Amino acid sequence: MTNTIETQTRPSLSTQQLEVSIGPQHPSTHGVFRMNVVLDGETIVKLKPVMGYLHRNHEQLAENMSWLGSMPYTDRLDYFCSMTNNIAYALAVEKLMGIDVPERAQYIRVIMAELTRLVNHTALVGFLLNDLGAFFTPVLYAFREREKILDLFESVAGSRMMCNYMRFGGVKLDLPDGFVDCAKAIVDNYPPFLEEMERLLTKNEILMARCQNVGILLKDLAVNASVTGPVLRASGVNYDIRKIDKYGIYDRFDFKVPLGTVGDVYDRYYVRILEMRESLKILRQAFKELSAGPVISQKGLIAAKSPRNMKVPAGDAYGRIEAPKGELGFYIVSEGGTKPYRYHVRAPSFINLTILEDMCLGHKVADAIIILGSIDIVLGEVDR
Amino acid sequence: MLDPRFRGSDIKECMENLDQIFVQAKRTVMNLAESVLPQPLVLLVSMLISIGVIAAIGPVIMMYLTWLERKVVGRIQNRIGPNRVGKFGLLQPIADGIKMLTKEDIVPEGADHILHFLSPVLVVVPALLVLGLLPWGRNMAAVDLQVGLLLFFAITSTGTLSIFLGAWGSRNKFSLLGALRAVAQLISYEIPQVFSAVVVIMHTQTISIVEIVNAQPGFNWFVFTPWGFTGLVLFYIASVAECNRTPFDLPEAESEIVAGFHTEYSGMKFALFYMAEFLQVFSLSALAAALFLGGWQGPFLPSWIWFFLKTYGLIFIMLWFRGTFPRLRVDQLMGFAWKFLLPMSMINIVVVGIWTYASPIVAWVLGILIIAISFGVLAKLNTRYHIERNRKFILAE
Repeated sequence: MTNTIETQTRPSLSTQQLEVSIGPQHPSTHGVFRMNVVLDGETIVKLKPVMGYLHRNHEQLAENMSWLGSMPYTDRLDYFCSMTNNIAYALAVEKLMGIDVPERAQYIRVIMAELTRLVNHTALVGFLLNDLGAFFTPVLYAFREREKILDLFESVAGSRMMCNYMRFGGVKLDLPDGFVDCAKAIVDNYPPFLEEMERLLTKNEILMARCQNVGILLKDLAVNASVTGPVLRASGVNYDIRKIDKYGIYDRFDFKVPLGTVGDVYDRYYVRILEMRESLKILRQAFKELSAGPVISQKGLIAAKSPRNMKVPAGDAYGRIEAPKGELGFYIVSEGGTKPYRYHVRAPSFINLTILEDMCLGHKVADAIIILGSIDIVLGEVDR
Repeated sequence: MLDPRFRGSDIKECMENLDQIFVQAKRTVMNLAESVLPQPLVLLVSMLISIGVIAAIGPVIMMYLTWLERKVVGRIQNRIGPNRVGKFGLLQPIADGIKMLTKEDIVPEGADHILHFLSPVLVVVPALLVLGLLPWGRNMAAVDLQVGLLLFFAITSTGTLSIFLGAWGSRNKFSLLGALRAVAQLISYEIPQVFSAVVVIMHTQTISIVEIVNAQPGFNWFVFTPWGFTGLVLFYIASVAECNRTPFDLPEAESEIVAGFHTEYSGMKFALFYMAEFLQVFSLSALAAALFLGGWQGPFLPSWIWFFLKTYGLIFIMLWFRGTFPRLRVDQLMGFAWKFLLPMSMINIVVVGIWTYASPIVAWVLGILIIAISFGVLAKLNTRYHIERNRKFILAE
């Protein structure tokens, strides 16, 4: 930490501003994120995000291995939502190859994506409360529910967090016996949990006083900065890729897009709670319509059997989905070989982070922490 | 069924003995000392016994408060808490103590070594000192000073100084931020704290803590009066802030400024800060119990058991707070002290004045009325100007 930089003179009292480096080792920067903050007392005058501490060269690695080889690496992007990362990458490659995805696989993908959304949003609410200073209680309540869904993931993919479950043209394996019943039970038990969470949190006086009108993100700025996901929707912009792109089979489901009106931390918190309720709606429909059939197309099966020989026709494609954190896109360019020529990840956490300073200026240190928490970043995805 | 050979008076005598067991024990030692030692040394022995007991009981209380906190918060959070070391994890504090003692003591480069060393020592001294002022049971205060309550507040307020000392000495910006918050917070909350204790002084017309407890015999605890109840609530809230506990734990706000004023402390020095905090939790809860809940007064059980029951009851509420509340922001914290607690405690002083001079019925009615109305008005004025209780959310297609 360098010492004081600027001196500010006031009529009677001369004060100095303090430059503090919050992170990369800090309990609530959600990983190795760093904010260089200039403080005037407790008020933030300047904020500079510093990233790159977790850079793993993800894109370059992917350009040097087979198409399927980077599927497990996508798990490590946003390690809370490995299923949706898989789907987005599979979607991009499928577009380029022109493979169809069988009906059952489509439903499985939707089920996995929405369960992932539940996991992510539940954990986020817990972490946000942790940032607010509630000593781990909401986190542990959230983790209790998250565990159940992670057990489901383990039963289908063999791994709780690094699922590596999607394949081009479908999914790796069919659902195990009893999966649907277990998942149905979890979905049925979710609303009581959400109600408990809401009863404890939503109308809490301290939570409202801390979150309301803090870190307001205006519509125009949000759109100009290409912010996506719940952060954008909390600012009142109706933009959900599940509705706009209708990728996969999302046009078959009946669900709403919750929108905030103010765009502060409280809206971001509550929009996520409402989104979880919509996800539950989608899940119920998906369980009802799930039918038997193959889980991977013939072409996909061949590709999955010998990934090193899999060639993708020359061209470029951009596959995007509504990941729990925002628009997750994979842009790939192929020269017709067994490796991508260019592979780029549009990471929602990273792009949503760019407006951090605009939201934090003029607020207190404590507010900066919860604003960062409400953006919902995962450093694996920010730094890649 | 009671043994028929026991008569009522026997049981009473037995309870009496149990009640005074520690007093008797000391008297026995003193009698022994008187028979062998010259007069001036006997006084010294008497002092040493009291000091020894206080100095020994302080760390024990702290150790088992950490255990209690981990158990209670664990239960609140759906966990079991420590259960590996000893039965119910009862030896966990000892394991922690050994760990703390054997840990490396890191002093940051550029720190002021003297201040950095002095602060954790200085912070424990007042925390231990005030234990001597507490009435632990009937005839069980180490010193019964005429100005006990005043001295109590005077001693606890020196803790602020050592906190700032340590933070300044460790040359860390998080420490500095924490210390600035600590100074602002502790000074602000001291005022409503003392003011809410003033009502008891006004009513009992004494500043001796022992006398104040004596003034609440049987079930005549001050908490059963309108001013006493308000006083307890105000005093307790201010005490929570004084101990840096949730939701007022800003000086050591983990999620914001890492560990606040003790960021740069490790090993035993950190443990001393921790100890000071827990001892303060204990002593302020005990003081709240003495001032408003009748201290050791209570039927049937020995007096010291009553004292511990009430104190731990209040401590439990603090642990409960820790498991459930989010933290306030700096401005909200200061606003709460100056705009709500302070006027409320002043109004409470008026109420106790009326209580002293008016007839009981008038005093009750007026007291409740004044407190209810002023609470309502202050709460209304303090409601965050921009809280929207029912915010609209749109469910778009």
